[in-house]
Amino acid sequence: MASEAGLSAPDTKLSPDTVDQELAPYAASTAEWVGLSQGQLIWRRFRRSRMALIGMVVLIILYIGMLFCEFFSPYLLNTRFTDNIFEPPTLPRWVDAEGQFHLRPFIYKYDRKVNRETLEMTYTADTSKMYPIYFFVQGEPYKLWGIIATNIHLYGINDKKVPIFIWGSDRQGRDLFTRCLYGSRVSLTIGLVGVFLTIIFGTTLGVTSGYFGGRIDDFVQRFSELLMSIPQIPLWMALAAIVPVTWPPLRVYFGITIILSFLSWGGLARQLRSKTLSLREEGYTLAAKAGGGSDWWVISRHLIPNNASHIIVVATLAVPSMILAETALSFLGLGIRAPMTSWGVLLEEAQNVKTIVLNPWLLIPAFLVILTVLGYNFLGDGLRDAVDPYTR
Amino acid sequence: MIPIQPVSQDDQMVIEVKDLAVHFAVFQGRVPAVNGVSFTIERGKTLGVVGESGCGKSVTGLSIMHLLPTPPAELVGGEIIFHRLSTGEVIDITKLSPQSAEMRSIRGNDIAMIFQEPMTSMTPAYTIGEQIMEAVILHQKVNKREARQRAVEMLDRVGMPQPGRNVDSYPHQLSGGMLQRAMIAAALSCQPSLLIADEPTTALDVTTAAQILDLMGQLQDEMGMAIMHVSHNLGVVAEVANEVAVMYLGRIVERSSVDDLFYNPKHPYTRGLMHSIPQIGQRQRLEPIRGVVPEPDAIPKGCAFAPRCPLFSPATCPPIVPPSVTVGPGHEVLCYRYDS
Amino acid sequence: MIDTLKPLLEVRNLKKHFPIRRGLLKRTAGYVRAVDDVSFFIMPGETLGLVGESGCGKTTAGRCLLRLIEPTAGEILFGESQDSRPIDVTKLDMASLKSYRRNIQIIFQDPYSSLDPRMSVADIVSEPLRIHKVASGSELEDRVANLLKSVGLQAAHLRRYPHSFSGGQRQRIGIARALALGPKMIVCDEPVSALDVSVQAQVLNVLEDLQDQFGLTYLFISHDLNVVDHISDRVAVMYVGKMVELARTTELFEHPLHPYTEALISALPQPDPRKKRDRILLTGDVANPADPPSGCYFHPRCRYAQDICNTEAPSWREIIPGHFAACHFAGEINLRPLSKPLIMKG
Repeated sequence: MASEAGLSAPDTKLSPDTVDQELAPYAASTAEWVGLSQGQLIWRRFRRSRMALIGMVVLIILYIGMLFCEFFSPYLLNTRFTDNIFEPPTLPRWVDAEGQFHLRPFIYKYDRKVNRETLEMTYTADTSKMYPIYFFVQGEPYKLWGIIATNIHLYGINDKKVPIFIWGSDRQGRDLFTRCLYGSRVSLTIGLVGVFLTIIFGTTLGVTSGYFGGRIDDFVQRFSELLMSIPQIPLWMALAAIVPVTWPPLRVYFGITIILSFLSWGGLARQLRSKTLSLREEGYTLAAKAGGGSDWWVISRHLIPNNASHIIVVATLAVPSMILAETALSFLGLGIRAPMTSWGVLLEEAQNVKTIVLNPWLLIPAFLVILTVLGYNFLGDGLRDAVDPYTR
Repeated sequence: MIPIQPVSQDDQMVIEVKDLAVHFAVFQGRVPAVNGVSFTIERGKTLGVVGESGCGKSVTGLSIMHLLPTPPAELVGGEIIFHRLSTGEVIDITKLSPQSAEMRSIRGNDIAMIFQEPMTSMTPAYTIGEQIMEAVILHQKVNKREARQRAVEMLDRVGMPQPGRNVDSYPHQLSGGMLQRAMIAAALSCQPSLLIADEPTTALDVTTAAQILDLMGQLQDEMGMAIMHVSHNLGVVAEVANEVAVMYLGRIVERSSVDDLFYNPKHPYTRGLMHSIPQIGQRQRLEPIRGVVPEPDAIPKGCAFAPRCPLFSPATCPPIVPPSVTVGPGHEVLCYRYDS
Repeated sequence: MIDTLKPLLEVRNLKKHFPIRRGLLKRTAGYVRAVDDVSFFIMPGETLGLVGESGCGKTTAGRCLLRLIEPTAGEILFGESQDSRPIDVTKLDMASLKSYRRNIQIIFQDPYSSLDPRMSVADIVSEPLRIHKVASGSELEDRVANLLKSVGLQAAHLRRYPHSFSGGQRQRIGIARALALGPKMIVCDEPVSALDVSVQAQVLNVLEDLQDQFGLTYLFISHDLNVVDHISDRVAVMYVGKMVELARTTELFEHPLHPYTEALISALPQPDPRKKRDRILLTGDVANPADPPSGCYFHPRCRYAQDICNTEAPSWREIIPGHFAACHFAGEINLRPLSKPLIMKG
């Protein structure tokens, strides 16, 4: 407000109230952002970046798909249609062979013909019979998240012998769409769990090393440099090879996660250390100490909350590299093992030229990885731009 | 470029700014950082530009050099007329594109600028000699050896100890005062006719600042250039300026000779400033100016100072920008109540 | 000054040396003598100004008083009351240090970095109260509201965040925070240097009013002689870690005894265009606290220097009652005092 300064002494005959009224026609609008907290301001600024919002929406969609994957997929993870291997995607149609429009989408069955000489398989659609797609159909029973028993699937067709593969099928006749959704459970969460651990390691070590300095600082820095200088892929391979073959898949999953996060806290720790160093000598941290605050008080109430936005940004941008790392490991056969599946495992099955030429739909998991990585990158960029101006 | 025109009556005028207006696009909206500023500076004279943060004094200097980044800044009106006295040319800087060869031949050559923070205004990767030589080589078509000689000469002239050795020093090896001297050497290496000094002594210690101000005065006597000295410190301005322009929220609210400004200030803001600065030897209670500088999106219509003005009254001060009134020779005020 | 009154704070031979570490094994290659054997005292209710240029150690000295920086040597004696014995702050353990910090507080120079941007004004000002568990709930809020009022802000500002305030207002929030625990003394570390000219006056007035209202004692650190003159009862001048002169304010400016003080006074730009400029210009730059000259640190720049100044460091002596200086020739050379400005307030 034009006059809201707060006067050091009631000095003139014009009190703040009269000045307000008299100046009303002269004063321009007041900023309604004045009363907002830091977090609200950041959200406002974030909203202005369209790419960041798109990224966020894409990720929300992917994560919802992941959460309810058993429901969204028409089949279970290992359901096989042995007569329909390497079948191309069965596209839902609304217009039949005669040109008639149907409201309910349907599919045509594929007939497979094998060329005797070249062993080439060709699939042609059999337009004689339409198989309508129904929603909320009853299918194979499953337990949602291992808890809720049900058998409702989002979509399916009534004839259980005719498969619907909206993204095609693989070498064993399994629906790729189903396997992608189940695989997302691993691929999308390994990044989050890993980054969570990275945050814990990186923040604790970075802030303490920056705050206390001296020997602690030296030790932590040298240790992190050591870790960061080890070549990544050979190290992963070695560590992955150490994981015993006899371990159940879930333990393997956590083992891989911990390995990945253990190697990647160095960058975050260094950034937080430098921010802490600059805050330590000046400003509000010193004021808190002057007020009698202990080291722990200063770290927990001032340093960490003020670094929180930075941490979130770094974390958001670190998730893609975790996902890519897991994908790479599984692609090389060193990561997740059957019966669990991830996008990397799916891509392992697409590891040859024949696939690219004859069955290109098997590369869809790569596209999903790209989508996720881009989504996180846009989100992270938007967050970083939103956070920066308000660190004052 | 305007071709050679009949020389104006005052043929010593180096720069003429007329109704300059520059707007900035910021988070809160559009801000008129410079809102109708006019002044002239003659050869051998110093114009002191005084104001607090947000008044637009630095933006004015940067506009003359055409160094403002054009988003977010935008030149929306006015003219900046530069008189190249050696050839009699008259150039309107606002009509030149910032990247054009013509503007670049003016920058550093005819008009030079020195900044507040010497440590950040010099590249840490090059020696100060190389940075001085850069300007010389760009504008004066001499070879490296001659340029280096020129650099050593300039360093000597600005009082740098051991110029032959220090020409090869890196900025981080020199103190603030020496760096400021190096910056002045670089600015004056091509003998500009106008030097824009943006708070050149604010970041320096008092004793060092005194040396630099003294140096600038000497160099002005020797080289005859015009100086636009931007400062928030009235003491500095009293010492170096011939004429002073007081700026508030993008407008010049008072312009006069330096003597008139201190002994006969007319604008309530100027008078408020005088009464609010502590002065050695006078210990009575300070009278601050009420209120604070408004936010960029809350700038009042009409007289921008009205909400804080002790003389304001709706009867005498309508919500229209006051006209410029001449109250004495070379003394202009932007106020309705100047004669109270 | 009543002779029977004991000082609130007495500093004896305070030293702070920062080691310079070089090499892989961080060997100590030398010391930055930020504060080098400084002694002074402050009386209750007075304002002691501390001036000097960059690197003189005034900020370090101020922070040592709160032990925000740990002194290397020396004693800091704080007199809780006129009757009890003073305590040596340098020897306090962590627990006693915490309760000592209720007596002496600090205001910082930069209004933008001294307030936590994520905390509301209420949280910032109440933090010291919460740390010491002095009050809570609605009583806490009332106290904070009163503190804000005493610095000229309104209770409505409690819920706001620092970014919506100007520099001067933020500085006042910092002052309110420093007042929260009811300290006897406040170290003001360049509190107005980062503010606009017209706002400096507001904050200075607030500081003066609070001093009257609460009987505060100030150590006012600044590089601006004008401001220091305005607010201080006595002034101390520091150069490269050493205190070179200390006297009552008017006495210092009318009869300086140290050549450095003379040069500082002469270098000051005066807002009066009619005054003759006849500066004493020092040569060279401020000496390096990591590698100071021999003998008197100021001698390379001093126009009165003699041979003894090169070899022997001058001692800190009381030349005239209440007026201290560290110069071999203090009182013997005729130094130029401040020339008063002509009346110019129109």
